[in-house]
Amino acid sequence: MERANPFAIDYRREVRAGLRDIAPIVVAAVPISLLFGAVAAAKGLTPLEVTVMSALVFAGGAQFAAIETWIHPAPILTLAFATLLINARHVLMGASLSPKVRMSRIQKFLSFFFLTDEAWALSERRALERPVTGAYWTAMGVVLWANWTLFSGLGAILGSFLGDPERIGADFAFTALFIGLVAGFGRSRVTLVTVAVSAAVAALVHHFIGAPWHVASGALAGIAAAYFAAPKEARP
Amino acid sequence: MSLDMTTLLAIIAMAVVTYFTRIAGLFVADRLVLTGRAKAAFDAIPPAVLVAVIAPTALTTGWAEAIAAGITAVAAFRLPLLGTVAVGVIAVVVLRNLI
Repeated sequence: MERANPFAIDYRREVRAGLRDIAPIVVAAVPISLLFGAVAAAKGLTPLEVTVMSALVFAGGAQFAAIETWIHPAPILTLAFATLLINARHVLMGASLSPKVRMSRIQKFLSFFFLTDEAWALSERRALERPVTGAYWTAMGVVLWANWTLFSGLGAILGSFLGDPERIGADFAFTALFIGLVAGFGRSRVTLVTVAVSAAVAALVHHFIGAPWHVASGALAGIAAAYFAAPKEARP
Repeated sequence: MSLDMTTLLAIIAMAVVTYFTRIAGLFVADRLVLTGRAKAAFDAIPPAVLVAVIAPTALTTGWAEAIAAGITAVAAFRLPLLGTVAVGVIAVVVLRNLI
């Protein structure tokens, strides 16, 4: 099964496969990246700050959530907690993918910086047919990362010239994007209960107590609702 | 071009937390087996968080935003992500002008 150096032999083919699979996602991510930068700039972040955030954090959902609730000075602990809540799904994704990738432990620790919903989903699909190589995984990761960092920074620069995003409805693009992402989690009874409880609690807390407490309280209420709405016995 | 120190610290905190979630799975691979209600609660984290973030904008800002959110939700089950965003933005601009 093991060849002398399968990584070297398959390297180019694996990189090409990664680039081919990620291409449509990269195209779709360009306007979303520009939008992120533009609205972050409208919230008072400089293009440099936006670029640094995208380069270091590289997590669209968490960054959109952070910007949506951004105030000056930045509430560090609140942002870190919200980021942890939103990205906790990475733990399960990484645990699931880890045995399927052909990489050393060190390579995994480095290249799992590039773990995103999109690259993960593509790799899980590829793992059904063949092992996922470091070349395939890293090619996708680097391209998505460069794309996100570059275009969110560019969006921040362009956004400074566009002015108030509310005029063109761009402020609502966040909301629409999140509704689209939530729809991706399906319409099961548990999901619908989660969404309803989270929305109601978050709206009430925001109205009576204020930002940013609605994020954690709404999320925790939704998670608790999912716990109680789910059947007691595990389904196979 | 400038970097606010508090903003930079917040970004670094977000980056550290995010990287931790990305590699944490490498430690728990094969050991983390959630079932039943615990799994349902864990699976519910992304939608619960995403909804909590947008709920004030979608529900309590005004009728234009609330109706546009409903239209967007209907579109979300039929269109790809970009189409959903486009429908939402167009809906809110039209509704803000009507209401």
